[in-house]
Amino acid sequence: MKTVNQKAWFLVLPVLLLVGFSAVIPLMTVVNYSVQDTFGNNVFYWVGLEWFEEILHSERMHNALGRQVIFTTVIMLIEIPLGIFISLHMPKKGVWASVCLVLIALPLLIPWNVVGTIWQIFGRIDIGLLGHSLNALGIDYNYVQNATAAWITIIIMDVWHWTSLVVLLCYAGLQAIPDAYYQAAKIDQASRWNVFRYIELPKMMGVLLIASLLRFMDSFMIYTEPFVLTGGGPGNVTTFLSIDLVKMAIGQFDLGPAAAFSLIYFLTILLISWVFYTIMTNIDKREGM
Amino acid sequence: MAKITLSNLAHSYLPNPQKDADYALKKLNHVWEDGAAYALLGPSGCGKSTLLNIISGLLSPSEGQIFFNEQDVTQADTADRNIAQVFQFPVVYDTMTVKQNLAFPLKNRGVDAQYIETRVNEIAQMIGMQDVLNNKAQGLTADAKQKISLGRGMVREDVNAILFDEPLTVIDPHMKWELRTQLKALHQQLEHTMIYVTHDQTEALTFADKVVVMYDGKVVQIGTPKQLFEQPEHTFVGYFIGSPGMNLLPAKIEGSTAIINGTSIELGADYNNPTGKVEIGVRPEFCSFSDDGSGLMVSITRVEDIGRHKIVRTQFAGIELNVIAASSARIPADTCHIKFDLSAINVYVDGWRVEGQQRKRQQTKGEAAL
Repeated sequence: MKTVNQKAWFLVLPVLLLVGFSAVIPLMTVVNYSVQDTFGNNVFYWVGLEWFEEILHSERMHNALGRQVIFTTVIMLIEIPLGIFISLHMPKKGVWASVCLVLIALPLLIPWNVVGTIWQIFGRIDIGLLGHSLNALGIDYNYVQNATAAWITIIIMDVWHWTSLVVLLCYAGLQAIPDAYYQAAKIDQASRWNVFRYIELPKMMGVLLIASLLRFMDSFMIYTEPFVLTGGGPGNVTTFLSIDLVKMAIGQFDLGPAAAFSLIYFLTILLISWVFYTIMTNIDKREGM
Repeated sequence: MAKITLSNLAHSYLPNPQKDADYALKKLNHVWEDGAAYALLGPSGCGKSTLLNIISGLLSPSEGQIFFNEQDVTQADTADRNIAQVFQFPVVYDTMTVKQNLAFPLKNRGVDAQYIETRVNEIAQMIGMQDVLNNKAQGLTADAKQKISLGRGMVREDVNAILFDEPLTVIDPHMKWELRTQLKALHQQLEHTMIYVTHDQTEALTFADKVVVMYDGKVVQIGTPKQLFEQPEHTFVGYFIGSPGMNLLPAKIEGSTAIINGTSIELGADYNNPTGKVEIGVRPEFCSFSDDGSGLMVSITRVEDIGRHKIVRTQFAGIELNVIAASSARIPADTCHIKFDLSAINVYVDGWRVEGQQRKRQQTKGEAAL
C-alpha cells in the first residue's frame, strides 16, 4: 500500500495567503459594495442585484461601452497591421538593427501619464507644435472642443505609444525564422506576397496571438492617457469605460453602482480574452493537423 | 539541364579580403558536366555550402564568374537560374498541405494545373507520401518534412541542376539509405546534373560518379571514389576518406628509398630528393604484418574487431599507424613488423601527392623483388 500524505499542500499556503490579501480580499470588498447601499454613517443594507440591473440598463454605461469597443477596434486594426508592416521592414542585423530596436522601444519606456502630457502639450493650439502648426496651416484642429480632433489625437497617441509592442513581438517572431526558409522560397520562385503569406505570417502566428491579446486587454482598460489628454471630453465623447468608472466611483462617490460596474467590466474583459484565446489557439491547432 | 562552369571563382564574407585566409572559398576553376552526379565532400566549414549557394545564386561571389552552358549567370537571380536546392533542415510551408507544398514551385511558375496534378502524384509516389497528400505539413515528423523538401526539389523537370545541401542529416539511418538509393535511381532516370554536399564519406561515395573533396576553402581533389581511395592527391583526402584514414609517416626520401625514423623502405619509384615537408601515405588496407622481420617495427596498442575485419592500432616512434587485417587473421604479440604494399605507397610533399619516376636504368635489389 502506498501511503498518501497530503502535507505538501502546506507548501502552497504562503502563496494562497499572498493572493488572498493582494487579490481576493480587495475583490471581495468590491463584491460587498456591489450588493449593498448606504446613506452614510457607515451603515450598509442589502440591495441584492439592484445595482447590477441599474448598470446593465444604464444608457451611460452603454455609451461608454460603445466608445470603448470602437476605440479598441480602431487601434487594433491600425496597430496590428502597422506593427507587422514595420517589423517586416526593419533591418535584420547590423548596427541599424540595434538602432531601430532602441528607437522603436522608446515609447514603451515612457510612463503613461507622461505620454498623455506629451500629447496634451503637443496638440495644444496655443503652444503645442502640432496644434499650433495645424491651425497656422488653416486646419481647424482643437482637441479640447472638437470631438473628431479629440478622437484622432487619442488614437494617434495610442498608436504612437503601443505599435512598438506589436513591432517588437513580430520582429522577434521574424528573427526566429531560419534563413533556409527564405532561400527555399527563392528557389521555389515564391513572390514577396507568398513569402509573407506562407512563411512569415504562419511563423508569426504565435506572437501575433500574444500581441493581439495584450493590445486588447490594455486598450480595453485604457485610462491614464486619455484622462490626461482630454479628461474624457469634450463632453463625454472620449469617456471610455475606466474613465467613466472613476468618475462614478470617486467623482460621484456612487460606491454601489461603481462596484457593480467594476465587476461587469472585469468579467467582460475576462470573457472576451478567453474567447479570443480559445479561437486563436483553435486556429493554431487546426493548422497543426 | 546544363553544364556549369566556374571560372576563377572565389568568395569571401569579408568586405576587403587581403590574405588567402580571408577567403571562405579560394580561387576555383571547375566544370560540372551536364547530367553527372557529383558529391561535394569535406568537413564542416570548408566552404561546401558557400560554393553551393553561389551556384544557386543565393550568394553572389566576390570574384569570378559562373556559366550555365555558355551563358554568364554570375549576376543572375536565383529564380532566373532555374535551379532546385534542398537544404540541410526541412523547409516546408506549414500552413499548406503536402500536396500544395509539392505543387508550390510549379504553381509559382504558372504551370498548367493538369500537369501539376500528375507531376505531384508522381513525386508523391517517389517519396512514398501518396497517403498523406492532403494532410497539413505542419504536424509531420522531421523525416516526412525532409521528404517533402526533397520532393519539392525534384518536382520541376526542366531544372538546370539539383543541389543538395546535406539533405539527409535529419533522416533516420535506415531511411537515409533508402532515400539515397532513390536519389541515385532518380538521377539515372532524369539525368539532371546533381551536386550533393555532404560530410559523410559513405554518402558521397555511394551517391556520386565523381567526388569533389574540399578542404579549407579549396578543392583538393576531384575523382571517382576509386581514385580518391587509391591515389589521394592531398594528405587531407587520404586522412578524410577511409575508415580509419590513411597512415601518414614523416620521412626523408632519397631516390627510391624512404627513411622513416632510421628505417629504410623501398618505394618502387624514384622521387629524386624532395625537400619540404615529406610524408609517405599508406592506407591501412595495404599494410600487413611481415613474418621475416622486414619493414617498420611497431608496438600494437589496441585491436578493434568490427566484424568484417579487424583494425589494429599500432605505434611507430610515437606516430599512430593503423592496419586492417582480416577478421580471421592472427594478430602478432605486442611488437611486430609491418610492411606496405609497394604499389599503394603515395608520397606527399607539403601535403600534395607527387608522382615518382619508374626506374629503368638500373634495378635496385628492392625493385627486383617486385
